[in-house]
Amino acid sequence: MRNSLFILVVSLVAAAVFAAALLLRSDYLLFAGYTVLQFVVLATAWNILGGYTGYVNFGTAAFFAVGAYTSVFLHKAFPLPVPVMVVVAGAVAGLLGFGMGYLTLRLRGAFFSIATLALAVVLQTVVVNWHYVGGSRGAYILRPPAGPIAGLSYIEYLFLIMLALAALSLIAARAIECSRLGYGFAAIRDDELAAEANGVPTLRLKLIATTISGAFMGMAGAPFPSYIGYIEPASAFGLPYAVNAIAMPMIGGTTSWAGPLIGAVLLGSLQQIATVTISSAVNLLIVGLLLVGFVIVAPNGIVGLWQRFFGRNRTSWRPSSKSTASASGSAASSPSTPSA
Amino acid sequence: MIGPNGSGKSTLVNCLSGTLVHETGTVRFEGRDLAGLKPHERTRRGLARSFQLPRPFASLSVADNIRVPLLYAAASRRGRHLGEREITDRIAEVLEAMALTDRARHFPRDLTQVDMRKLELGRAMAAEPTLLIADEAMAGLSNSEVEDIVALLIRLNETGITVILIEHIMKAVMQFSQRLVVLVSGRKIADGPPAEVVRHPEVERAYLGQ
Ligand SMILES: Nc1ncnc2c1ncn2[C@@H]1O[C@H](COP(=O)(O)OP(=O)(O)O)[C@@H](O)[C@H]1O
Ligand SMILES: [Mg+2]
Repeated sequence: MRNSLFILVVSLVAAAVFAAALLLRSDYLLFAGYTVLQFVVLATAWNILGGYTGYVNFGTAAFFAVGAYTSVFLHKAFPLPVPVMVVVAGAVAGLLGFGMGYLTLRLRGAFFSIATLALAVVLQTVVVNWHYVGGSRGAYILRPPAGPIAGLSYIEYLFLIMLALAALSLIAARAIECSRLGYGFAAIRDDELAAEANGVPTLRLKLIATTISGAFMGMAGAPFPSYIGYIEPASAFGLPYAVNAIAMPMIGGTTSWAGPLIGAVLLGSLQQIATVTISSAVNLLIVGLLLVGFVIVAPNGIVGLWQRFFGRNRTSWRPSSKSTASASGSAASSPSTPSA
Repeated sequence: MIGPNGSGKSTLVNCLSGTLVHETGTVRFEGRDLAGLKPHERTRRGLARSFQLPRPFASLSVADNIRVPLLYAAASRRGRHLGEREITDRIAEVLEAMALTDRARHFPRDLTQVDMRKLELGRAMAAEPTLLIADEAMAGLSNSEVEDIVALLIRLNETGITVILIEHIMKAVMQFSQRLVVLVSGRKIADGPPAEVVRHPEVERAYLGQ
């Protein structure tokens, strides 16, 4: 599938989701849907670094919280429309991703992961002691009843923003996957030494990955204070963000953009259902059990299972005598489908 | 280059290609000191190497394994990115040269040892180097497979690529080489035309006489 076609399809699906959300007129569904979409963005963002290059980031919550607290800070200093705050938060979190990458990417494997965990702890300590943004007591963000778009409630407005972010992150992830960058990332994931030997500038590419990944996580966090109305460090830096951002791509499949989407919709919905039917306390238990199950039974996630049973050979190479246009754009064939 | 196991051949290759940092000495390539250049920068200057133990990109098909050096090393050497059409043509060319065309859509895990070595050389060829260092590309292969690889390297050489062959199999070495260097315990003990070098008494003692 060409990039432009993919953008069209994603936009149409997003429009349909938004229309359905408006028609259903349920505040609960909007809230739940917002949370699921937020996880789509976080999981997709995590996967750009973790799935494509193989560097496991335990610090998702730090980037999410940096986005959220950028909003809180801006809200107090010079209030801006939410979409602008999203962009600023993305820039700040992207910068953080770059910095983290620069300091830690010479570390491999578990050492890199531990460093990202440490980053989350350090940043949480900073925020707890930063009184301007509420410190440990937290901060209230009063949500106006109506959004800036006529006819939309504020919560519908935030839902729309998160929906747009989810669409954007999927488009970005897929574009990366099919591009020169995507092949460079895959080479890094498979064998960094061989990647270098083939001319891939591994450090630069890893920095690009941490920056993009961090930026999207920060953007996902930016509307959070407005959505929740009250923010405190313990919730913004919560363990569920880090755990879900890893579990969702792992369960969906880490090698293609579809994996994090599938994982986020599945696990996100499941957790919403569990929250109303049992208790939110079981959420992480569900995630944990599913993750263990998948790691053992289907290490390549749902996308991997799909590929195994429907046998799509995910390679883009065709002899040049034949057409180079790709046959179809199904999830299974997408990872290295030639781009426009 | 020949030398007993553990004499430092692979270590030398790693120093030349920038994977290891050497404490003394300098590495010069086309008249320039390569000190401080990362491995990918050396590849982009035309110094490619293959690994003794093949290191394919496991999640990419054989064709996409060739694509990586085309997208990076070759693009950098040509000073421009290759178009998709150019890339597919070039992949076909490399696979053809390596006799891997029918393996294009396979994954490395499905390859035989000899095909894995060919993929390793194919990637190096796709980097469009002026110098290729092939580190024991034939170890563990059967006689006919060795002949395949030698023929392949000779063809690469004919396209204008200088090949440094690191090898144990003397028949292949003698058939292939115009110059022979012998390394023993990290020390060069002989260097010259193959026929002379193999008669060198120290070489016979250290290596061939065993
Ligand atoms: N110049 C050197 N300085 C220090 N150690 C060396 C040097 N050359 C080789 N070695 C050591 O010798 C071991 C074997 O070298 P290697 O290059 O793998 O040998 P070969 O490829 O000739 O079989 C390596 O593990 C390395 O630690
Ligand atoms: Mg060796």
